[in-house]
Amino acid sequence: MTLRDQIKNVIDDEPVAIFIKGTPERPACGNSMRALQALRSAGAPITAIDVLPDPRIRQELSALSDWPTIPQVFVKGELIGGADITEELFASGELGRKLDQALGEERSQVVKTVSVVATAA
Amino acid sequence: MAIETIRALLVEAFPGGKVDVVDRTGGDDHFQVTVESPSFAGLSLVEQHRLVNRALADPLADGSIHELRIQTKGSG
Repeated sequence: MTLRDQIKNVIDDEPVAIFIKGTPERPACGNSMRALQALRSAGAPITAIDVLPDPRIRQELSALSDWPTIPQVFVKGELIGGADITEELFASGELGRKLDQALGEERSQVVKTVSVVATAA
Repeated sequence: MAIETIRALLVEAFPGGKVDVVDRTGGDDHFQVTVESPSFAGLSLVEQHRLVNRALADPLADGSIHELRIQTKGSG
């Protein structure tokens, strides 16, 4: 499977996927931390993917999403935005409503990480 | 990347809009941009931010913008 297909699968399969620099425990960038914080505060399940291990992850992701910067947050396969929009939606209450609608009010709040690996071409 | 260059790119991309650019750290690479434009009417936040990102695609791609914070507002 190509790297792009792997990324696409994660986006499509995970209820909430967030591509960040670092890990949820140790975000390596202030914006990744802001987006994670907004998701946690809204009671979202979080599947985090670190883009730092391989620069191609970010290249393929941005080509797929038409979004140049990290972090990127997806709910049920749909791009919600980066840190600014995620924070803005949390502040207005819309993030919680979106999550309620997409995942139900009794959703799990599990935080996990998955990695995508490029296989040799 | 000078703050004026970013402002110029945004003014060109959003004629008739209001553009504000702040250098957040004084290091010429962390910017907060606020754009108010009639072009945003009817667009989702994601689409609004995409327009701003597109206007700044070159400095984003070559790394001269290290961090970009965006706030958009519809107007008109």
